[in-house]
Amino acid sequence: MTEILKMENICKSYFMGEEEFEVLHNVSLSIRSGEFLSLLGPSGSGKSTMMNITGCLDVPSSGKYYLSGNDIDGLNEVELAKIRNKEIGFVFQSFQLLPRMTALQNVELPLIYTGLSPSERKKRTKAILERVGLADKLNSLPNQLSGGQQQRVAIARAIVTEPTILLADEPTGALDQKTGIQVMELFEELNRDNRTIIMITHDQNIARHANRIVRILDGYLTEREEP
Amino acid sequence: MLWESIRMSWENIITNKLRSFLTMLGIVIGVASIIALITIVQGATNSISQQVTTLGANKITVNAMGTPLKQGLNEEDMKNISKIENIKGLSPTVSTKTNIVYQDEIKEDVTVQGKNEVYFQSNTSMLQSGRSINILDIQSKNQVAVIGQDIVTALFYGVNPLGKNLIINGTAYKIIGTLAPSSGFSATSNNETVVIPYTTALRSLGVKSITALDIYLVDTTMADDTVLDIKGILNAAFNYKDNAYSVFNMGDIIASFQSMMSMMSLLLGGIAAISLVVGGIGIMNMMLVSITERTTEIGLRKALGATPNRIQAQFLIESIFLSIFGGLIGLILGSLIAYIASTLIGVAYSMQISTIFLAVGFSAVVGIIFGYMPARRASRLNPIDALRSL
Repeated sequence: MTEILKMENICKSYFMGEEEFEVLHNVSLSIRSGEFLSLLGPSGSGKSTMMNITGCLDVPSSGKYYLSGNDIDGLNEVELAKIRNKEIGFVFQSFQLLPRMTALQNVELPLIYTGLSPSERKKRTKAILERVGLADKLNSLPNQLSGGQQQRVAIARAIVTEPTILLADEPTGALDQKTGIQVMELFEELNRDNRTIIMITHDQNIARHANRIVRILDGYLTEREEP
Repeated sequence: MLWESIRMSWENIITNKLRSFLTMLGIVIGVASIIALITIVQGATNSISQQVTTLGANKITVNAMGTPLKQGLNEEDMKNISKIENIKGLSPTVSTKTNIVYQDEIKEDVTVQGKNEVYFQSNTSMLQSGRSINILDIQSKNQVAVIGQDIVTALFYGVNPLGKNLIINGTAYKIIGTLAPSSGFSATSNNETVVIPYTTALRSLGVKSITALDIYLVDTTMADDTVLDIKGILNAAFNYKDNAYSVFNMGDIIASFQSMMSMMSLLLGGIAAISLVVGGIGIMNMMLVSITERTTEIGLRKALGATPNRIQAQFLIESIFLSIFGGLIGLILGSLIAYIASTLIGVAYSMQISTIFLAVGFSAVVGIIFGYMPARRASRLNPIDALRSL
């Protein structure tokens, strides 16, 4: 399996007034295609920063980050936006669906920025929504859907562009346990279809659904083989 | 891509109908007032200059106040002026106020003017019925009169005045025609006027001189030279007392009047433009609020791959939409106001294409100028901060 993500000695620091805080210390990570990895850590451990850097929303202070072989270092905002559109599919804790748009329109959103023709977009959007089991909810607004259904729409939106990595930030955080497990089952299914998934969570039980767990604590990554 | 941005902007305007409308209101008022003011002033200008033009653009008017020795022009002076090149005809005015009588009815203080045939030739629609004063009336000093509409209604109510005898200053005049009712300023109206041959007036009205002379030109482009020639003769007639007379070139008066009116419409338009600027600030305000509200959405769109340019385009298009839309509503409203106002004042209503372009163009420019800053701010939002703000 090919390596699709590689981080080498990544540091990230923020300035709070005069003082400099280093949030990530020499983080190195390599992810191969088809892996389901969970990044496990308590709040304040630096996992949000990891997510931002992985998702190309932020750039590291030092170190190298390669995504699909591309060096992210030195890219400008427009190039980063294009990488995000092509390589990353985001799933957020609070779904982040646009309330005025139907499920169909929400899923279509990233394809608009890809530059596909409207008919092609419609075709792909429908197929993906069927894939996540929402074929009968195409024209529902987010507030007409349950939490689990909303997260399915969000997942459909994340994978509709066929991204290299599906990046999920606490995907079950706003769901009850039963629905959370259903969503995790969907992730497992997607992983069986050979999709690479990085899931950020603080919950051991959720992290266990992944086939590789990386722990983050105070900005240091540690990994041990799970039994 | 542009189409997508337009669609998204449109949807956003639609979802916030009331707010979008209130935002547009500033532009609506601004454009409406510009359109209304310009159209009304233009309509007024057109109808006034039309009235002035019917008085004759190809005409030079001489007013002779005279000197103590010589009260006005005499026929000799007229003959001298008529010899000047470029002159088509002369129409003298001998004017006085006197009482007129028909049967037992008296009308006091009526303007009686002595004119010649040229006066009637210069304006063919002047007569309503009967015939005008002709050259034979002038030569043989006939006792004939053409009367204005107010006199017809005052003395000849329900009676055909033609052929009746009107007593002017103790002498009977046969009524040969009536003047068409004239609209317009009271100064130029001849509704309350009796016109008789000027030769007759000089003989029997007790007026000894010609106080005004309308000179019709062949070629108006040479008007300035002709004015100089006329002044030469008048100087000789009045012994170089140039306060004894005045010469007006009607063409000059029309031109200066029109430039005055266009200054006026520019000035009013400028004042109305201030409200457009205020409307623009309203749009900027609303865009900034909208961006604050939609920070998360902007962050999400950026995370999904929207480039800063896309975000900027979307918000810019939204503000241009708002202002053009406001401009169109203002255009309709302004035309309506102008139409009603023009009808009330009684001037012709004419909407010009250039006014429409001005309104729509102006509002688009307002949209761009006042949308640029908010759109730029939106495009520069950091997606991380924007997503966190939920």
